[in-house]
Amino acid sequence: MNLTANSFIKFYGSSIGKKVIVALTGLALIGFLLGHMIGNLKVFAGPDKINAYAAWLHSMPSLLWMARIGLIVCFVLHIYTTIRLVLENRSAKGNRYSANATVKASGASRTMFWSGVIILSFVIYHILHFTARIGNDYDGYIDASGRHDVFRMVVDGFSWWPASLFYIISMSLLCWHLSHGFASVFQTLGLRTERTWGLIKATGYAYSSIIFIGNCSIPVSVLAGWITY
Amino acid sequence: MKLTLKVWRQHDPSSEGSIETYEANDIPEEASFLEMLDIVNNGIIEDGGDPIAFDHDCREGICGACSLTINGVPHGKESAITTCQLHMRKFSDGDTIFIEPFRAKAFPVIRDLVVDRSSFDRIIESGGYVSIRTGSAVDANSMPIQKDDADTAFDAATCIGCGACVAACKNASAMLFVSAKAKHLNSLPQGQPEKDRRVLKMVEQMDKEGFGNCTNQYECEAVCPKSIKSEFISELNRQYAAATIKEAIG
Repeated sequence: MNLTANSFIKFYGSSIGKKVIVALTGLALIGFLLGHMIGNLKVFAGPDKINAYAAWLHSMPSLLWMARIGLIVCFVLHIYTTIRLVLENRSAKGNRYSANATVKASGASRTMFWSGVIILSFVIYHILHFTARIGNDYDGYIDASGRHDVFRMVVDGFSWWPASLFYIISMSLLCWHLSHGFASVFQTLGLRTERTWGLIKATGYAYSSIIFIGNCSIPVSVLAGWITY
Repeated sequence: MKLTLKVWRQHDPSSEGSIETYEANDIPEEASFLEMLDIVNNGIIEDGGDPIAFDHDCREGICGACSLTINGVPHGKESAITTCQLHMRKFSDGDTIFIEPFRAKAFPVIRDLVVDRSSFDRIIESGGYVSIRTGSAVDANSMPIQKDDADTAFDAATCIGCGACVAACKNASAMLFVSAKAKHLNSLPQGQPEKDRRVLKMVEQMDKEGFGNCTNQYECEAVCPKSIKSEFISELNRQYAAATIKEAIG
């Protein structure tokens, strides 16, 4: 048991171990994004569908909290481990070149930390906005069936254009982050081969695009007046 | 050709270095980059100055001694060559060229453009070998090896350990070097018995030397004079995780 614990402590202390943690937690968050988006798209099916979906989620508080805690753990580990990696990397490089050049590294790969910081600020705002509902009166929104009126909350939330703009900017940065992150998961977990690499990268770009289009369609539709009550 | 060189000069490991400017006149287009530096150094010596120190040995792209980061790119921007194989015809008359040492904390500057790459030697010492006595060369085909495996092992073995991968990496990671050495030995039957130990030890030594962490940007692959593939890094990641699990569960 002691040897097992020591092996994993050593693994987390190693460069590859930390990267594997970032990849696994990133993969969990990537999966969550799709599920969250599919649930939210029920807003297009009308108030009854999305309110029923939200009521169904809240009807299983223990499962909901397990999922929430799992997500928080992944999110914190992803960020904490990344910060450690970034600090180690800065110290490892030392002096920078006077003539700095980039041959192959993508723009997304070079800005992962900063896109991540903005995504973090978005997530905090998003949770305060729609989950904790701080600074608004969305808690009082109840539909005719006595359920929380998520549909009205979404319409009101996105009707204020600065909030919608911040959502859209954050989504573009999230997808920018994913355009490098998705394929990186496979590289770091050793699931990449020469034959599958092209497919993995293409899937990553497609996945990022679907998340971007799906999530942005909601604030855009609200602002355009296509979704209203 | 007439060139302006911006060269990193540093007297010793502890002194502060700086970029110095040199005018290089009458450089023949057919000269190699190192020959161009030889010409510049002759001029510096004639003027009573201190010649620019740089590493070189075979001058035919196989020893891994030459280094230099040229205009921000290790071994220059031409692909799959070492600095000694770079020729001045790839530059234009009147160009300004920045020449700097390979930058990484694990490669401290010894003098000017010469860096200490012995951290690579210590990584090899930690596991980049086969311990068993292999004796003299065995008869051909007495130990059958799949053609694909032999080819891959050879591709990995072409790594000359020059350190361009580290120098190009934004994080000074040595993953391409370590993965090439691990792949070379792990692909062959002689390397199999020590595979897990090799991977664990080499990665541990790499971390101890102060190299950074790979962030999958593939700058290393782009500048590698031997075109070592970044998929070896992916495989090393997998083998390291598998070896850790095997070690943990006994």
